[in-house]
Amino acid sequence: MTIEGITQTGQYLAFMLDQEVYALDIMQVREVLDYTEITKVPRMPDFMRGVINLRGGVVPVVDLRFKFGMPATEKSVNTCIIIMENIIEGETTLIGALADSVREVLDLEPDQIEPAPKLGTRLKTGFIKGMGKKNDEFIILLDIERVFSADELSGVNDAEALPDQDMEVSGETESPLDT
Amino acid sequence: MTQTIMTVDDSASVRQMVSFTLKRAGYEVVEAVDGKDGLRKLAGAKINMIITDLNMPNMDGIEMIRNVRAMAQYKFIPIILLTTESQDDKKKEGKKAGATGWIIKPFKPEQLLAVVKKVLK
Amino acid sequence: MNGQEEAFKEEAYELLTELETSLLELENNPHDMEQVGRVFRAMHTIKGSGAMFGFDAIADFTHNVETVFDLVRGGEIHVTKDLVNLTLSARDHIKDLLDGHGKEDESLETEIIASLQALLPAPEPREGTAAGVIPLDSPEEEPDVVSPLQTYMIRFCPALDLFATGTNPIPLLDELREMGECSVTPHTENLPMLEDIDPEACYIFWDIILTTDQGENAIRDVFIFVEDECDLFIDLIDNDEAFDVDEQNCDKLGEILVKRGELSGDSLDKALEEQNLLGEILVKERAVSQASVSSALAEQAAVKKQIARRREAVQNTSIRVAADKLDHLVDLVGELVTVQARLSQKATMESDPDLVSIAEEVEMLASGLRDNAMSMRMLQIGTTFSTFKRLVRDLSNDLGKQMELTTSGEETELDKTVIEKLKDPLVHIIRNSIDHGIEMPDVRKEAGKEETGTIHLAAEHAGGNVLIRIADNGKGLDPVVIRAKAVEKGLMAQDADLSEKEINNLVFAPGFSTASEVTDLSGRGVGMDVVKRSIEELGGSIDMESQKGGGTTITLKLPLTLAIIEGLLVTLGKGYFIFPLISVEECVELPRDEAGKKSGLLNVRGEMVPYIRLREEYGIDETQPELEHVVIMETNEKRVGFVVDSVVGSQQAVIKKMGNAFRNAPDISGATILGNGSVALIVDVNKILDLRF
Repeated sequence: MTIEGITQTGQYLAFMLDQEVYALDIMQVREVLDYTEITKVPRMPDFMRGVINLRGGVVPVVDLRFKFGMPATEKSVNTCIIIMENIIEGETTLIGALADSVREVLDLEPDQIEPAPKLGTRLKTGFIKGMGKKNDEFIILLDIERVFSADELSGVNDAEALPDQDMEVSGETESPLDT
Repeated sequence: MTQTIMTVDDSASVRQMVSFTLKRAGYEVVEAVDGKDGLRKLAGAKINMIITDLNMPNMDGIEMIRNVRAMAQYKFIPIILLTTESQDDKKKEGKKAGATGWIIKPFKPEQLLAVVKKVLK
Repeated sequence: MNGQEEAFKEEAYELLTELETSLLELENNPHDMEQVGRVFRAMHTIKGSGAMFGFDAIADFTHNVETVFDLVRGGEIHVTKDLVNLTLSARDHIKDLLDGHGKEDESLETEIIASLQALLPAPEPREGTAAGVIPLDSPEEEPDVVSPLQTYMIRFCPALDLFATGTNPIPLLDELREMGECSVTPHTENLPMLEDIDPEACYIFWDIILTTDQGENAIRDVFIFVEDECDLFIDLIDNDEAFDVDEQNCDKLGEILVKRGELSGDSLDKALEEQNLLGEILVKERAVSQASVSSALAEQAAVKKQIARRREAVQNTSIRVAADKLDHLVDLVGELVTVQARLSQKATMESDPDLVSIAEEVEMLASGLRDNAMSMRMLQIGTTFSTFKRLVRDLSNDLGKQMELTTSGEETELDKTVIEKLKDPLVHIIRNSIDHGIEMPDVRKEAGKEETGTIHLAAEHAGGNVLIRIADNGKGLDPVVIRAKAVEKGLMAQDADLSEKEINNLVFAPGFSTASEVTDLSGRGVGMDVVKRSIEELGGSIDMESQKGGGTTITLKLPLTLAIIEGLLVTLGKGYFIFPLISVEECVELPRDEAGKKSGLLNVRGEMVPYIRLREEYGIDETQPELEHVVIMETNEKRVGFVVDSVVGSQQAVIKKMGNAFRNAPDISGATILGNGSVALIVDVNKILDLRF
């Protein structure tokens, strides 16, 4: 079974988040940066980690772990920021996402991709474009437009997030990186 | 002082058009249907300028211009000849007879007025 | 159909009838030249007047018949039965066209034309119609290419018998005068002695210096009737290609005369040896006539003037640049300024005097470049103002009101982005004035006002800001009504003690609308609160003064540009923040006994100023310094203090948009990049207060 809209071999950037493999359509990835100091913006939801200086431009950085109900990212030598191009409300916007590490670029045939399962993942099924399967490993293909829709970014839909997200978010939100 | 212009043409519609255009621009107009009629109406009148057609029955434009120039009173008034583009030699003939200038038919009211302004002080 | 067209048709029908008779006559008697002449004249008249009255199809078609009969008249073609038949069918076709039919008969028309043309001898090339009047279909009707100003020297020497054709040279000179800047010098030196004068001859000739945007052909056209009776010289003496000619280089009087062949080089040199005004000498020496000197002087003056004018034109020359290129330039300059700041910092750290001096130079250049780039984005607000004239006119017609829009300060410049974003709020304010402000004419009359209301739009500079005022002389705001409405909407307490101004400013509160009935204009759910928000997003403020019965004035205070602000850089924990310097009054230390409080009152030279600790506000929990500072800001005519960790100093900040990802951070209006590469957030002071109070 194939997914509507996926008819050709696609290239995907695979990265790790809390021991799970995720992937993004390579067409949407601008570049991958080493971790750099992030300036926190007051009054923003916790998954919005702040902004960075990308060659003179100000680019927001999100922590997908918060969005997906995982514990906050802990900075390591492998931590990096994936800069993506995203269309929000008709405007092309750059957004950075923290990843535990970046693995590789994958080629996936349409028949290697299956629809998102209704159950069994920690994140909202709406965020998942499909499940890729390679070497007996499942790769979660993210629907980045959904993840970074304006509503999601501004935290409007946080109420819909899975209940365990709130538990993860509470308390020491900033500490892992600040130390 | 209002200036008077004579329009000589065997075509009533051309006379009407010329006359209407000139009157609206503030000139007095005297109409004549051919050269003979024009000469008759010139005598004793006070005309400042003549606009005459070339091809007319009885007396054509060139003939009329020759006659007008022979009248002491009208020796130096501007006379404009209405011609068509196919009559280039007629234009020269007209000049020789004493025409001041010419207008090529067909023309628009504003073109007529531009020529009047060019020759009539 | 007008009377003239009617007259033409009537006449044409008559002519066609006559034509038929003549043609039938010709068929019986092919050599009757009188009939040929009649046919020709009939065709000639139909063609000529047809074109004049807009019957172009008839004129074009008839032209073909006329051409053939012109040749018949000249004996080049003989009348045959076929020709008569052909002409008869042409006549019938003309009648059809006159009747308003015949359009569907295009094949017939083509056939007749082809047959007529077959009668013509070898096709002669159509000569250019040298004529005083532009033929209707001539290429000269194409829009003239706008050409730069050129200066011509024209010499018009009419033949002696010029007057014999009734030509008056004066209107011709007048016509030249209408073409541009013109100076005319008459030459009378050809006048014979009195006893030899023929009073009917023209002895005078003229030199004309004409500066015009029209070409040489246009000048020749002026003399079209007299071209065979005069000598006409037209000489381009100055054009844009000779641009590098400066005033010193332009021909001297003597050189002009020599060039024109009126003076020999020898006579010139001889005259120059004597030190006197050249013109006077030459005339005295009878080397040239006084008129020649005057004419040459006129040429000299015209050329000088033309050069001066062009120099001025160059100073005001502008080019059009795509707006996004300009935006990109400003972005690049912004980045350059950032990099330059880093360079300066590095240079200071290295304490290398050479590097420091280079960094300083780069700093100067960068700031010059920045100011320049910014100024390129400045536009006059007048264009925007003028678009409202139509709005006012249309809306007042719709509403049956009488009003007029007046403007002042149109030349005031504002950043392009500001102007663009200002338009919607202005439309809304003006609509409000028209809709709610200006009364119906009879109401105004009763109130003793002029029936026509006025709305005045004014712009002016005030420091680093631009003030835009929208003033109407309508009915003004009624504080009683507004108060009642505000209480009803729950926007204020029943017994709140507010000044009239404070009450009036309630119209900016969200969800407020004074229109008792919803009209098409203002009742679209967009209130003054939206206007206020848009203006504040521009970094500006809005204020309203109103007098019941006397009108309302709304004042917008706007920054000159959105791209850069003068800011005060402060630190809070590890983060940097920037306050708009324009609102900063002063900085003081926070007294130790106030430390630790979340908010409170501070005594600043006798005045109690409320303060807010931004640490608490922003939830910053890093170690707090021993001594904190308070930045005292004035906003909405109130003074408020903000407690920060430390004040770094004033700084020009290139504003970077945070994008829609941060629309939930209402009190951060943007970000900027500091010299050390880190990001500082720009604080919107008003918004913090809105959030708190």
